[in-house]
Amino acid sequence: MTDLPTRSINLKAVLSGSTPTADHSEGMSYLQSVPRRIVTLYMPLSIIVVILLFPFYWMALTAVKPDDQLLDLDKYNPFWTWNPTFKHIHKLLFESYYPHWLWNTMYVAVGATVLSIIASVLAAYAIVRLRYKGANLVGGLIFLAYLVPPSILFIPLATVVFQYGLFDSPLALILTYPTILIPFSTWLLMGYFKTIPFELEECALIDGASRWQILIKIVLPLAVPGLISAFIFCFTLCWNEFIYALTFLQSTPNKTVPVAIVNEFVDGDVYRWGSLMAGALCGSLPLVILYAFFVEHYVSAMTGAVKE
Amino acid sequence: MADIALAPRRAKTEMREATAWDQLRHNKNWLGFWFMLPAMAFLIFFLAYPLGLGVWLSFTDARIGRIGHFIGTENYEWLWDDDIFWLSVTNTLLYTFVASTVKFAVGLYLALLLNERMPFKALLRAAVLIPFIVPTVLSALAFWWIFDSQFSIISWSLKHLGLITQNINFLGDTTWARICVIFANIWRGVPFVAITLLAGLQTVSPSLYEAATLDGASSWQMFRHITYPLLTPIIAVVMTFSVLFTFTDFQLIWAMTRGGPVNATHLMATLSYQRAIIGGQLGEGAAISSAMIPFLLGAIMISWFGLQRRKWQQGEGND
Repeated sequence: MTDLPTRSINLKAVLSGSTPTADHSEGMSYLQSVPRRIVTLYMPLSIIVVILLFPFYWMALTAVKPDDQLLDLDKYNPFWTWNPTFKHIHKLLFESYYPHWLWNTMYVAVGATVLSIIASVLAAYAIVRLRYKGANLVGGLIFLAYLVPPSILFIPLATVVFQYGLFDSPLALILTYPTILIPFSTWLLMGYFKTIPFELEECALIDGASRWQILIKIVLPLAVPGLISAFIFCFTLCWNEFIYALTFLQSTPNKTVPVAIVNEFVDGDVYRWGSLMAGALCGSLPLVILYAFFVEHYVSAMTGAVKE
Repeated sequence: MADIALAPRRAKTEMREATAWDQLRHNKNWLGFWFMLPAMAFLIFFLAYPLGLGVWLSFTDARIGRIGHFIGTENYEWLWDDDIFWLSVTNTLLYTFVASTVKFAVGLYLALLLNERMPFKALLRAAVLIPFIVPTVLSALAFWWIFDSQFSIISWSLKHLGLITQNINFLGDTTWARICVIFANIWRGVPFVAITLLAGLQTVSPSLYEAATLDGASSWQMFRHITYPLLTPIIAVVMTFSVLFTFTDFQLIWAMTRGGPVNATHLMATLSYQRAIIGGQLGEGAAISSAMIPFLLGAIMISWFGLQRRKWQQGEGND
């Protein structure tokens, strides 16, 4: 069916390729006709994107729907509401421990992230640039540490946390989360440090700088994008962590958002859905906003650690 | 001149023997040790030690609040005859296999689509990643609500389309519950696979495709002989991570079904939590989670050898 047009376009491609003004950025997309692109590209893409985003739409819609519309699916069209209410969100923020939980999550995430970044910067610099005896082996071991999942560790860690008297304290999470974060951010930062020219450090060494000064004054300023990537990715991982928080925290005001929502809002009430979804929405928004500002850093963090 | 007056004194200080303190400050290996210290302290105290302790606990009869005694392989023998344990192993393998395969297929497809030229590409790419950003538990709650037995929006839509007459009991029926949690896991994992593979795709030079087009290659041949071989290394890494994290998944299941109905969605991780923390049988729970280790090692080995193979394919040195 498309035999003839394709052939003529091919001819055009050959012709335009021979002219010096050929625009290579366009690639070969002109080989495809518009209807063909709709079927092979736009339709599947939009279906996938709609499926990926629908749960969030549903979450947000449920959070602002009045209770009567929430459960009466016959009278109202469930996909939209004309009289949104902030009742659920108000109840969440002023009649529950939700602000406490948000604060706990933030506190734990920032604390664990800062600790991990400091440890990772030092470790990554030592592995890449000091190249002490056995540096490669240690690098490999750290990568292996990344592959040890929390689901294996939470039972023995619970006993360790209990022994140290950290049970039910945010400090338990701040000290255990770095085991997830350090391997990841060390590998990410190793990749960044490798791209910094060695000559800069040699100059500084000749000028009499110590290793510590080199790290603070030369390497770190040049690795700022890497540090931002590592920071926001670690922050997201902390926010997302569940099994440690579920195991190590007991009392209601000490919990983090994911654990608290799963445990505290799930009562027998049929109308719980509104506040449950409002809680999920408010718990996700900080991360989504952070993500919106740092998309590129985020993507480079995700792909950087994998590429190494 | 001033130099002459200073010279002897300086020479004297330089002749000084390197003290132990100097060595600690300047020796490459000692410096490396100081720099590694914080990271190593965390990893040893909170990762390596608990890992060993977990294996030890699996050989004891420890309970919450009671230090266990060594009882040999009794926990494992007990688990060997435990149907629920074997059910959880089967569930885990099924869950990992189905979810990883679909994640890979859909993720690769999505990456290929996103690699095309189109308007709003950056925006679309950013939107695709959102499921990965939002905490798993919170999106699992959204799925819980979407799969509600009475007020499910899916049941409602299908009823209005005339496809079904009764609500589907998504999370109450064993088969449906498995499908639902696997679907939610795929939904959550596809963005990660897609975006990392997309980053790999962008490193493939367009001139290869142009050359192939001139040689008359079909799009399937281009995919099979250019895209796929060049993507193999990144596929190996991404799929290792994907398989590992699917295999040890906990939060999605816990938020959606807690292992129910009738243990149909219990994974090894959720079962070990239930036995160890809720049931208080630390030893037995530790045995269940230790039983995951061989599977994980297997997955790591497979991907490791996959990586070795591609180095050899690309003609890199065997370093």
